[in-house]
Amino acid sequence: MGMEKVLTKMVGIENSQNIDVYLKHGGYQALPKALKMTPDALIQMMKDSGVRGRGGAGFPTGMKWSFLPKDNPKPRYLLCNADESEPGTFKDRVLMEDDPHQVIEGLAISSFAIQSHTCYIYIRGEYVKGAKILNKAIQEAYDKGYLGKNILGSGFDLDITVHRGAGAYICGEETGLIESLEGKRGWPRIKPPFPAVYGVFGCPTIVNNVETLVTPVHIINRGVQWWKDNEPKLYCMSGHLNRPGTYEAKMGTNLLDLINEYCGGIRHGRKLKAVIPGGSSVPVLRAEECNVAMDFDALAKVGSALGSAGCMVMDETTCMVNALWNLLKFYAHESCGQCTPCREGTHWLEMILGRIETGRGRMEDLDLMLETANNIAGRTICPLGDAAAWPVAGLPDRNKGNDLNGQSFVNKFREEFEYHITNKKCMVTIPHEWN
Amino acid sequence: MALEFSPEKKKEVDWAISRYPNKQAAMLPVLHIAQYQFGYISNEVMELVARTLELPVNRVQDVVTFYTMYNKQPVGKYHIQVCHTLACGINGAAQVVNYLEEKCGVKCGEGISKDGKFSIVKAECLGSCGTAPMMQVNDDYYEGLTKAKIDELVNKWKSE
Repeated sequence: MGMEKVLTKMVGIENSQNIDVYLKHGGYQALPKALKMTPDALIQMMKDSGVRGRGGAGFPTGMKWSFLPKDNPKPRYLLCNADESEPGTFKDRVLMEDDPHQVIEGLAISSFAIQSHTCYIYIRGEYVKGAKILNKAIQEAYDKGYLGKNILGSGFDLDITVHRGAGAYICGEETGLIESLEGKRGWPRIKPPFPAVYGVFGCPTIVNNVETLVTPVHIINRGVQWWKDNEPKLYCMSGHLNRPGTYEAKMGTNLLDLINEYCGGIRHGRKLKAVIPGGSSVPVLRAEECNVAMDFDALAKVGSALGSAGCMVMDETTCMVNALWNLLKFYAHESCGQCTPCREGTHWLEMILGRIETGRGRMEDLDLMLETANNIAGRTICPLGDAAAWPVAGLPDRNKGNDLNGQSFVNKFREEFEYHITNKKCMVTIPHEWN
Repeated sequence: MALEFSPEKKKEVDWAISRYPNKQAAMLPVLHIAQYQFGYISNEVMELVARTLELPVNRVQDVVTFYTMYNKQPVGKYHIQVCHTLACGINGAAQVVNYLEEKCGVKCGEGISKDGKFSIVKAECLGSCGTAPMMQVNDDYYEGLTKAKIDELVNKWKSE
């Protein structure tokens, strides 16, 4: 606790969306500095900072930017991925609704770094409020010369357009997003070619998450070394907490500290049962596994992932069969239908879980679920199949010929699944109240 | 007579089209604009969008059927979407749906209430997990739902 707020500095400030308020609090100081640098120096700065994508996959941002071909004469595009559809993830909403100019400044710097003159913010369609706030802020930025032609006399031109999605999880996947932006179904594309080479409208394209794209503002203002020493990160804390919400803390903050200190512990003084630490697609942690740093490497070591840092915290009133069924309903609904293993497999998993939850399960269903998950993971065009399989059966285990390691809901809480099947009822007897 | 965009919506459509290098890319925004004007995306609306973007109707249909936010049927004046994915699910989403059904006089997923005011559907994650349980009503989010909050909202909407 007590760390200086950097990414969420403007949250809680009156009229924080207004450009004059942003300027009063030190806004738009990084952009003029960036425009005096060379694009290559900016990309090198991102590489040196070690920033990894905040959308879930954690790919190094500077490296992604450097994949743009130097000899392609076509225009380049920057797509800001504000689709934010992963269950448990709601951090970008805070940035867009409370501090839209930080986002715009980050987009302007990033666009200059990759030499793109057109940027689209692909925002999930349901965030109508966020889209309106961004549109107003973009207009203010045009009026003050931070967007449009010849930004701050630098000779650099940039247009930003807010593009609302229309309700499809898969459009958060970068090639699904590109297809959707082109006015089609959000069906992911086979990679390669990667978007950096062949992206939107057939042109070189960079797709990055909102939180990723605001990082250059702070790296420029405070320096690479400061960033490496203090790397601020947004954590989305939801579930059975006294104070759920979006919290800014240092990258690598201990998960138990986030739960107990930031969020005031588990509600009603109940016991912690499990946490999904990185958005719904990552393997679940049992309570005793939660003493872990929230960063890419530490979570990978305990068999889970940081993903989008969307922590869903479950207390002892949670039925793990029901929780997994809930997630599989999500994935079955959101599968785009393009690849057979995902289209069929997610529905099979949902159906098997449904029959266990409703007292019609068979003991062999548990291995059937693991087998089904194994038959989805790694066999689809995009990672939605993996995202559905990993909560069921863990991450890929290279020692098992790429099969999943089994370390997630079904095996970590196997006794609950078996109890459901044998007794045709839930092991959890503490009622959940809602008022 | 074939449907047309109102002059005000036509301006929005033209602006949307101007922001992309080709007309098809304006598909999602133009469909949103159409839904605001006509309430839902009927076959006639799809024909209008196809005409506007100079595309075959089946391209429009292909997109409309893929995305959940385009209403394929008429909805109530207050279209209530209750998030029921995990964070909301473990915080009472099912009870929220039951309570809304009782208050609004219409079953979830079964059309519009007799007074034409309400329709209720379940929605997958709406990206507001920190304030679960929550619902989206038309364009707005209502978060941290309690019985008292729902009473207040539904009574207000009923009296309008």
